[in-house]
Amino acid sequence: MLAAQHISKKFSGVTALDDINLELPAGKVTAVIGENGAGKSTLMKILSGVYDEYEGDVLYKGQKVHFKNPREAQNAGIAIIHQELNLVPYLSITENLFLGRELNNSLGFLDKKAMRIKTEELLKKLKLSVPADTLIADLKVGQQQVVEIAKALLYDAEVIIMDEPTSAISESEVEVLYGIINDLRKENKAIAYISHKLNELFKIADLYVVLRDGKTIESGQMKGMTHDAIINKMVGRDIDIIRNGNIAKEKDVLLKVDGLCLTKAGNKQKSILNNICFELYRGEILGIFGLMGAGRTELVETLLGLHPNLSVADITLDKQCVKFNSATKAINAGIALVPEDRKKDGLVLGLDIKTNISLSSIDQHQTTGLIDNKAEHSKARYYIKALKIKTTSEKQTVKNLSGGNQQKVVIAKCLATKPKVLMLDEPTRGIDINAKNEIYKLIAELAASGLGIIMVSSELPEILAISDRILVMADGAITAEFEGHKATEDNILKAAIPQTI
Amino acid sequence: MILSQYRSHLVKFQPLIALVLLCVGISLMSDKFLTVDNGWNVMRQISVNICISVGMTLVVLTSGIDLSVGSVLALCGAITAGLLKFGIEVPSNNLFVGFTLLGAILAGLIAGSLLGLFNGWTVTKFKVPPFVATLAMLTIARGLTMLYTKGFPISNLGDNFAYIGTGWFLGIPVPVWISAVVIVIAVIITQKTALGRYIYAIGGNESASKLSGINISKVKMIVYAIAGVLSAVGGIMVTSRLDSAQPNAGMSYELDAIAAVVIGGTSLSGGRGTIMGTVLGAIIIGVLNNGLVLLNVSPFWQQVVKGGVILLAVIIDRANSKND
Repeated sequence: MLAAQHISKKFSGVTALDDINLELPAGKVTAVIGENGAGKSTLMKILSGVYDEYEGDVLYKGQKVHFKNPREAQNAGIAIIHQELNLVPYLSITENLFLGRELNNSLGFLDKKAMRIKTEELLKKLKLSVPADTLIADLKVGQQQVVEIAKALLYDAEVIIMDEPTSAISESEVEVLYGIINDLRKENKAIAYISHKLNELFKIADLYVVLRDGKTIESGQMKGMTHDAIINKMVGRDIDIIRNGNIAKEKDVLLKVDGLCLTKAGNKQKSILNNICFELYRGEILGIFGLMGAGRTELVETLLGLHPNLSVADITLDKQCVKFNSATKAINAGIALVPEDRKKDGLVLGLDIKTNISLSSIDQHQTTGLIDNKAEHSKARYYIKALKIKTTSEKQTVKNLSGGNQQKVVIAKCLATKPKVLMLDEPTRGIDINAKNEIYKLIAELAASGLGIIMVSSELPEILAISDRILVMADGAITAEFEGHKATEDNILKAAIPQTI
Repeated sequence: MILSQYRSHLVKFQPLIALVLLCVGISLMSDKFLTVDNGWNVMRQISVNICISVGMTLVVLTSGIDLSVGSVLALCGAITAGLLKFGIEVPSNNLFVGFTLLGAILAGLIAGSLLGLFNGWTVTKFKVPPFVATLAMLTIARGLTMLYTKGFPISNLGDNFAYIGTGWFLGIPVPVWISAVVIVIAVIITQKTALGRYIYAIGGNESASKLSGINISKVKMIVYAIAGVLSAVGGIMVTSRLDSAQPNAGMSYELDAIAAVVIGGTSLSGGRGTIMGTVLGAIIIGVLNNGLVLLNVSPFWQQVVKGGVILLAVIIDRANSKND
């Protein structure tokens, strides 16, 4: 139905896609598999007309096509359902479905009845039993996704691309989604399905394509493939194991957390974190693993003092009882966090490297009330060198750095506060494999120098590779603890899957 | 590379170039423009807007806005004038407190800072959008001004007080000295202190600033307080120059201030802009006003031209940031 041939794409000199080939046949679900940054999303954006500059050909029903914008692709019959849904929250389902393609009656006014009937038809077909005039804001995420699918069906899409459709929805909603996908398959639609969750792909996909570093690695029938075989193809190389190992001899407790609980804002009955207790030793890398929604990020946020009114905990840092009601206090006491979303929470993208690095520690450079520029610059240069940040100067705007280098700037900002405990939330998300290995090495060095490291990650290979000890979280509680060398993918995953489902 | 460097320099000096072109243009059309008297006259006129605009710049840099500056100016001017002339009298207790010149001025400035703090408090504590919070203050402060003055001007405030708005010091008008001091302090704050850093950081990315340990509420409170104090400074200067506190003083001054900020290249979404840009913006507006008067352009057309200049400035700024 839809095919990509020899597609290449560069972003300001960096190759994102390199001679990619992909086929999406009618009546089949094709899994597009690859790590973060492998090029999946870029490829899908080319197929759906978001990017119109690329090399190579896109063939649709045997014809060469070149979509200039998403609208052209939609009209041709190619729909993409993005990870972040594109719906207007305060319009109804009907209004969203017909947004930009409203039906008019003979007087030129909106033909609300016709639109409503069509919407009800689609909702019925997709087994979503809510009134057509429900506001999107009142729907659950899974239901919103169904609305997106309805949108695709409305303009008779023949190719439907789903980008991580299950990342934000619950198990029961996933089953509904599979039902819908099966129906679409029977109607001879071509479906591309992008997901990190391999188990899903075995359930739903007929074919697979593996991308790595912007290249097509392999494609074929899903039947007969194994979990391990796919992972091998995705990763292509192993992450070096860099556990520092010398921790076992002297166990000096640096941070002790006892009875940490966190409740939901606006609903004190609903608990997000439940009686979390753990210790962190000096020089240790403590890995925290959990699936989406396990409460990993909330845990590090609470430790940084971001939820003072919703949480209770007994925290001992360096043998002193501490209580933080703001990030300012936590940072001053020696706790620092490299947040999960570096662009949203870690950096001021429009400011330069130097300013970002000194953001948390500017007080150190303030003598007589004024900033000591010289000290600030030399501090920035020191970290640029120590962390191997690739840049022309410390005055470079952070926006123009690559993901890996941006992450190093965030780490530098944290280190500049002279922390005792460094928490990293998904420190390698969305950065390339070389930068990943550099960050692992850096983390190991920091631990060796005496810091206590807490690393939160949803990537198992990464947790296994560098943690001295691993805590597994599920449903807001710690469900297991492993010594690094005793942990395996299997026993970690078993502990991470919530028991309630 | 050289071209792009050249470009970035051009962008940096854009407001300055615009100002020079404007001055050359007006002086070609009117021989009264390039005279010493007219120069001081223009600078004296813009010094009030400079004070307010500098405060506005700080607020806008945090991605806020302060619509109350005009009303706060009127109220603080009236308080200073009222205390200076009448003091505080409580007839029932037979109590009278007189104010010296310095005391009255200080009281006006404190009033300004309190009104600004109130703005900051509603913005940070109750998460009222700055537009709404300061719109409310615009009405509240104007109403309080009317209540305090009972709707009448407070006039005849004495020669010493008049010196602030009309006097000369070392051959330069006193208001120009005052605005120069304000500019210097503001430049130091934005470029040289941690507070300045925090202001830019919060405007650039509030969430990242919070996680970096910056006390967002405190910084915003300070910024709105500074805007309030600078409005009070403007109010005292206006009152002194007219030798009278008018209940409707400072009407729509917030618009001139926002215009100066915008023409000066500060982004209304925060995090980007400079004090000197705003100062240039204020001078451009002042020169434009002056020039249009000298050229006998009708006041109605003056407004149209001013609006056009604001629009043009923002369009050019947008085009520049697109190229970044």
